[in-house]
Amino acid sequence: MKIVNLKVNGVGKAFIAKPETTLLLALREQLGLTGAKRGCAQGACGSCTVLLDGEPVVSCLVPAVTVDGSDVATVEGLADGDKLSHVQQAFLDGFATQCGFCTPGMIMSAEALLDRNPNPTRDEVAEAISGNVCRCTGYEPIISAVLDAAERARL
Amino acid sequence: MPRVNPIDTDYFKDERKSADFTVIGKTVQRSDALGHVTGRTEFFEDRSFPDLAHVKIHRSAHHHARIDSVDCSEALRVPGVLRVITHADVPSNWYVVLRLIGIEPNDEPVLAEDRVLYKGEPIVAVVADSEAAALEGARRVKVTYTELPAVLDVEEALAEGAPVIKQAGTNYFVYEGHHARRLRFGDVEQGFAQADHVFEWRYSSAPIEHAPTETTGCIVVPQSSGRLLIHSNTQAAFFTLDNTALILDRPFTDLQVKGGTVGGGFGGKVDVMVEPLACIAAMLTNRPVKFVYTREEEMQVSSPRAAERIYIKDGVMNDGRIVARKVMLYVDAGAYSRHSPYGTTKACAHLPGPYTIPNVYADCHCVYTNRTPSSAMRGFGVTIADFALESQMDRLARALDIDPLQFRLINAYRDGDMKAHRKVAEGTALIEVIQRAAALVGHELPDEFRVLSSSTPREA
Repeated sequence: MKIVNLKVNGVGKAFIAKPETTLLLALREQLGLTGAKRGCAQGACGSCTVLLDGEPVVSCLVPAVTVDGSDVATVEGLADGDKLSHVQQAFLDGFATQCGFCTPGMIMSAEALLDRNPNPTRDEVAEAISGNVCRCTGYEPIISAVLDAAERARL
Repeated sequence: MPRVNPIDTDYFKDERKSADFTVIGKTVQRSDALGHVTGRTEFFEDRSFPDLAHVKIHRSAHHHARIDSVDCSEALRVPGVLRVITHADVPSNWYVVLRLIGIEPNDEPVLAEDRVLYKGEPIVAVVADSEAAALEGARRVKVTYTELPAVLDVEEALAEGAPVIKQAGTNYFVYEGHHARRLRFGDVEQGFAQADHVFEWRYSSAPIEHAPTETTGCIVVPQSSGRLLIHSNTQAAFFTLDNTALILDRPFTDLQVKGGTVGGGFGGKVDVMVEPLACIAAMLTNRPVKFVYTREEEMQVSSPRAAERIYIKDGVMNDGRIVARKVMLYVDAGAYSRHSPYGTTKACAHLPGPYTIPNVYADCHCVYTNRTPSSAMRGFGVTIADFALESQMDRLARALDIDPLQFRLINAYRDGDMKAHRKVAEGTALIEVIQRAAALVGHELPDEFRVLSSSTPREA
């Protein structure tokens, strides 16, 4: 057992973690942030993607005790009140969601991409979301939405 | 690539009313998308409850075996394990989900009794304080078996001398006293005799897993009223409610299913796999209980699309007319019925494809094997049949040296044609769809095919 301090979506949080507590389970069960999903619990589907110090990680494979003092960004922190982020708005307008289960992880991977590369090519977008599995919509509208978000950010 | 306008208003002009199509072709926001992009959509597992207990399953290690003994004593010694559940704890253990629409007999146990019919079949459920304890408990259940010969292929299952794996006495589902869902129209043998050529080819498909990103699961919460509230990701809330009540031997009104938010289903979440055991666990412990498949369980034991084997034999004339079609179709239901008797009927209803053929004969078999039970998936029954039928059409066209689209137009059903199921075709549109598709891809059709329409009467 260890007390873990994190800055989550800009707000300081502390919780008690066992060695086997993953960042995903800490976010979902201890901090009440259920946007990140458990799809496979083995780092294969990307549904649990959050940003750890700005980098996308599969939070189901990150032991919470190893990231004490880090900055974590989740889908819940993207919108400013009712104002969605460019990526969120582009997913909404571009019909890039269907069942919605992969969406939070997909959006976080896209946010990370646009943070480091504001002008990605279609291939670079495909590469950036290659760790995120979608089984409904197909990847084309998702890739188009990410490119659209980049376009919106440039305006 | 420019998008093709999906609404072509030139076709079927006389059937359109001016008020039609006020939504189709326009952009309408999905009502759930805002929740999806903000992470606020509530999936069943996003709810938390104090004192939540967890269910995990000990599963069959063999495709087909007699169970000699089940020992749960080690499982009960795992710290955190609250209960083990065996078939003796299930009030009404035998079911078939389709009993709600008159399918019988009940052929599947919620938990295995003296025999297992597929690898991964549930035998014991373990309820524990934590997921880890439930998994460890399930691992420590000891089952001893005597292996029995397994049947893993549809045609082997129907062969003479094959081991009979089902209690009902046949390795196939019985349709009103018959070995298969049958279709008989005209005289297929006479059709073959008059044909210029007869061709027969074989098609087969493997099972396909839906692999939804959210695995199958539910949380059951006992209410102070005595009712059970089931938070589920089922695609079939009422099938789930009714079948669970029947398994629990409790009135339907004792259960409430809260669902509708499904993290990918595609037909994979219409069986009733987790709710009955979660309810029993909740009743026995009087605690909220979660039963959610691991990814491994989702891949190994959730029902896939059925494997199918299809033989199609056609009699064709030199001018391209198909005069006889005989189909032998085998659906691999796996060990238990689930939705496959219905899927097989759908396959039969789809034959002989959207073509007018005067002589048709089909036997569609719903076959039991010792493989993972298959069930619903996107157009089940129809999808694989279509793969076979349209592959057959291409092969026939090649064999006759006729353009494959023209070959389909020659045989396409039209309004007024008598179908093999003895219903008169109406509202047909295959001809127009082929013409439009041909135009879009620049596939030249001669004038005689361009002027055809679904309402052109067929020459006698």
